[in-house]
Amino acid sequence: MNLRPDPTFHATPRLAMEAPAETLAFTLMLSPDGTQPDGLAVIDVDPTSKSYGQIVHQVIMPNKGDEFHHFGWNACSSALSPLTGHAFLERRYLIIPGIRSSRIYVIDVKEPLKAKIHKIIEPEEVFAKTGYSRPHTIHCGPEGIYVSTLGGGGPDGTDGPPGIFIMDCETFEILGRYEMDRGKQEKHYDFWWNLPRDYMVSSEWGLPPQFENGLVPEDLLSNKYGHSIHFWNLRERRNVQTIDLGENHQMALEIRPAHDPAKDYGFCGVVVDTTNLQGAIFTWWRKPDGTFDAKKTITIDPQPASADDLPDLLKGFEAVPPLVTDIDLSLDDRFLYVSCWGTGEMHQYDVSDPMNPKLAGKVEIGGIVKKTPHPNGKPFGYGPQMVEISRDGKRVYWTNSLYSTWDDQFYPGDRGAAMVMAHAGENGGLELAEDFWVEFPEGYRTHQIRLEGGDCSTDSFCYPSV
Amino acid sequence: MTTAAALWWAVVASGIYHGVNPGMGWPLAVSAALMDRGQGRLIKALVALAAGHLIAMAAILFPFSALLVLAQWQREIQIGASLLVIALGLYLLVNRRHPRFLARVPPSRLALWSFLAAMAHGAGLMLVPIYLGICRTVETDAGHAAADTLMGGNAAVAASVAVVHTLAMSLSGGAIAAGVYAWLGLKFLSRSWFNLDLVWALSLVLVGGLSLWAVF
Repeated sequence: MNLRPDPTFHATPRLAMEAPAETLAFTLMLSPDGTQPDGLAVIDVDPTSKSYGQIVHQVIMPNKGDEFHHFGWNACSSALSPLTGHAFLERRYLIIPGIRSSRIYVIDVKEPLKAKIHKIIEPEEVFAKTGYSRPHTIHCGPEGIYVSTLGGGGPDGTDGPPGIFIMDCETFEILGRYEMDRGKQEKHYDFWWNLPRDYMVSSEWGLPPQFENGLVPEDLLSNKYGHSIHFWNLRERRNVQTIDLGENHQMALEIRPAHDPAKDYGFCGVVVDTTNLQGAIFTWWRKPDGTFDAKKTITIDPQPASADDLPDLLKGFEAVPPLVTDIDLSLDDRFLYVSCWGTGEMHQYDVSDPMNPKLAGKVEIGGIVKKTPHPNGKPFGYGPQMVEISRDGKRVYWTNSLYSTWDDQFYPGDRGAAMVMAHAGENGGLELAEDFWVEFPEGYRTHQIRLEGGDCSTDSFCYPSV
Repeated sequence: MTTAAALWWAVVASGIYHGVNPGMGWPLAVSAALMDRGQGRLIKALVALAAGHLIAMAAILFPFSALLVLAQWQREIQIGASLLVIALGLYLLVNRRHPRFLARVPPSRLALWSFLAAMAHGAGLMLVPIYLGICRTVETDAGHAAADTLMGGNAAVAASVAVVHTLAMSLSGGAIAAGVYAWLGLKFLSRSWFNLDLVWALSLVLVGGLSLWAVF
């Protein structure tokens, strides 16, 4: 407990943008075949430092086969709401779930260069206390740390629907399930919220048998992956509305509400439209009567390709789908970044008008067919995937792995880990930084990035930016 | 200054103390005003917070005013109340966790939240020794009043204490909320927010201790 609020907690998104720039990044490293334990890399991102772009510390876990994916902080700017009584928490611990093992690590990064394991929650405890498995997205909120899961109970995670559970934000004890009335929600992926307006939005990927051993083409072509988003009364823990985006919109993944809580809208990325292989972004919004609506506002076309250049999975289509696997919104709610993991492109949309996004910048790197190298000449395996934006919106970082078994289907063979950075122009435009290239240890792939002091997909704000 | 005047100033001081503490809710009024872009919402939110706080004060003070009918037990009542306040202070010293049920209250129910926050932190209990002290000064003048007039008098004092305290709380909290909304900006929130958990718990022990000392 601090005597003052943590200096990285900000009342508004604008104050967070004005705070000092990040000097360190935390990136997850996963061993795709489980032969090595997964790890957390601490990376120097301070351009004035001698070790700029290098891993300056690693925390390697004591177990194998965890498969790290997403992670988050024990506390963020949401602690500044007096409603919750957590104003004096420290942003000090990273909560890292293994989606394959269901084990959860709590890493103490108070001294980032000496970051160490603080606590390990074994899978059995997660199963026993929640009935859920395969923990995924982490957000700190009113009742503590919220963790979404992708699986229910039982060995294959299909015994009951997946959902969200809550952990104590000080002791990291698992407190139990979040939902009181889940309504139609049967699958899960991401979630986020608007704290003052007291609603949450959640999304759907698929059930564990649909992803753990790779994408199941029959399920995709018969539209059996998730295609709905759910709206919840956050504190009543009740699903109040489910919007079906249309069954052809397979895999509704990242939920990105506007950071300014006075704005009542947000975005959701859809991996693939099975009717035309497009990727899509939906804008969702709250209407004056309190109900929600959603509309497709961005489509990204597939690119024609010769069957010889395509993996088995795609040969029959003679096209490479964009595969929108991650999206991220800058803190001023102005630019939405969209990863096209299949075609190897990072798109930047101006979403000042959320109902009418405009492409403002684009970078080509990697890709199933194009395999565009980095400007420094090095090959970039896979495509742009987990994307994170600096609080000031000037730097955009991304890595290249999606999920071990899916990587191997779309990009057979091992293509190497990568983390790159691009500079964003004040009024749009995106350009890769030639001098930023992180070398990772042999045999690892990279997934989500977290930036020191919070970033554009961790912090929830309780006060508007006016 | 007479004892009575000093005690009434203590009621005002405790009101200001509660009011400026962000943990008692003034930032919620700022948030409400900014969300709906209007000073009207600021005032509405402050009124809701004040109502919750007032009810919490009354809920604690009125049972004590009823107890005071047992005039011959007044000394014991004051000792008991003092010990209760000290005990709560010590409990809050040891248990520094925030009650989780407060996080379940929706942001639209500010009066309820304010009531529960005041109850959970013993804001009303902090006033009890001061209130009992005021009643003693009143009764010395009253002499051997009949039980029903005594009770009526004590209830009136309880109501006045609750109202004066809540007014002081709302005016001080309201002044800060309006200042932050209009001039200071929200940076002031994280800059000025101090962890008062320890001070708060010690204040309870102190108030209880002073009251106990006054009895002996």
